[in-house]
Amino acid sequence: MQTLTQRLANPTRFMELSRALLPWVSAGAALFILYAMYLVFFVAPPDYQQGETVKIMYIHVPSAWLALMSYSLIALSSFGLLVFRHPLADVSAKAAAPLGAAFTLCALITGSLWGKPMWGTYWVWDARLTSVLILFFLYLGLIALRSSLEDEALAGKLTAVLALVGVAILPIIKFSVDWWNTLHQPSTGFTSSVDPSMRTPLLLSAIGFTLLFFALHLKAMQNEILRRRVKSLRLAEVERGERTFAERAGG
Amino acid sequence: MDLGPHAAFIWASYGTFALIIGAIIGWTLFDGWRQTKALSDADRRGLKRRSASADTRD
Amino acid sequence: MSGFLALLKRDLTLALREGSALGTALGFFLVVVAMLPLGLGPDLKLLSRIAPGVLWIALLLAALLSLPRLFEADHEDGSLEVMATAPLPLELAVAAKALAHWISTGIPLALMAPVLGIMLNLDITLTPALVATMLAGTPAISFLGSVGAALTLKARRGGLLLALLVLPLYIPTLIFGISAIGFANLGQDGFGASLMILGAISLASIAAAPVAAAAALRLQMS
Repeated sequence: MQTLTQRLANPTRFMELSRALLPWVSAGAALFILYAMYLVFFVAPPDYQQGETVKIMYIHVPSAWLALMSYSLIALSSFGLLVFRHPLADVSAKAAAPLGAAFTLCALITGSLWGKPMWGTYWVWDARLTSVLILFFLYLGLIALRSSLEDEALAGKLTAVLALVGVAILPIIKFSVDWWNTLHQPSTGFTSSVDPSMRTPLLLSAIGFTLLFFALHLKAMQNEILRRRVKSLRLAEVERGERTFAERAGG
Repeated sequence: MDLGPHAAFIWASYGTFALIIGAIIGWTLFDGWRQTKALSDADRRGLKRRSASADTRD
Repeated sequence: MSGFLALLKRDLTLALREGSALGTALGFFLVVVAMLPLGLGPDLKLLSRIAPGVLWIALLLAALLSLPRLFEADHEDGSLEVMATAPLPLELAVAAKALAHWISTGIPLALMAPVLGIMLNLDITLTPALVATMLAGTPAISFLGSVGAALTLKARRGGLLLALLVLPLYIPTLIFGISAIGFANLGQDGFGASLMILGAISLASIAAAPVAAAAALRLQMS
């Protein structure tokens, strides 16, 4: 009896399963996001302190959550690659990195646009914004390291090492940034508990964008598998060509 | 719909968010289309994969 | 252990004979610090306020400059392959090389900082604190840097990539280094605590970084 991850290790079977799953995940994402957006713009009340500006929260918080979640996914995949040599782990890590970077960028931009009316400036060196910025740097490092190595198998493994180093050091960075922030700035009062009337749209929005993330991740994994197939086909073609050439030259 | 004095910031953040997420959705779909096309081109040229069932590693 | 010491001695001898690497790092440190007043204006009050931060950041950049060479030469002449197959675990070999980097680059940079501090009108009574934080913090710079150097060994544009990978890892060291000097400046008793945390970060990276760097090197050997 194979475990689920073992059965998924076969790319062909993964393609079949993900092709069956993808329409449902995408439809679920669309449904949740549309309903959440309806609630945000037509039902949810303005916050008594922040007014309508609080609407930014409904995309900012899911972005920040997905920024963290996709880094955890990359770290988990990296572990799976280095320890269990799972053949799909590298595909998963590679597909998740640009998605994570995109959501991190969204969290930064929406956070900064939320900050302007709240704090009067686009960027404050708030502990959270700073930590998210550093997370963005880590994503850029992962993407840059992978793209700078020609040997793709080696690139995958080295990027996995970097991702695990990042996971080990992230809590220390978070701790030091918090410490640095309390040293230099009074609390910004950005954290207020969320009112129940806002909790439902926020939750729906978070579920919707998480489903969207997984739909994109599945699709990007499929693309990567196809790309590797095309590449190996072309390599085989070149090898065959060289062999025919050698035979002709010899005969 | 009245979004109060800071409507511009709300629209700007939803706008950039939609732009970034839309770009990444568009790119993923385009990349999928491109890879499928490359694979079917290779198939048409008569290239065979080593074997569909033995294809556990790439 | 003898293998470790032999490797340490070899790397230190090489660094001493070459000399140019250390000279470049020290020269870079000096030039960056000297450029700053030219950019900000010669306001001595402002300079003395930002001096610790400037010195720390210039030190990070100067140390970064010498990191790509950490494994490169040994990779080119094949001695890295020998280290990978030698009885001494590769982790210890990496630790020896990182330690040699600290002794040959980290310590001289830290000792040069007070001289540059004078140029920036740093309060002279803060000099011992500055040197103490730099001596406690630079091991982390060498050891975390060894991970980045190992990861970018075969990469294109290795030097630039190394900066992108490694600088975020230096943030905790930078923050606690600066905050320790800040406490010393205000005469508060947080100095000791900050220095301890800085030492803890260094010790943790001495323990953990060689494992990651050796793993990255092994992947590239096979």
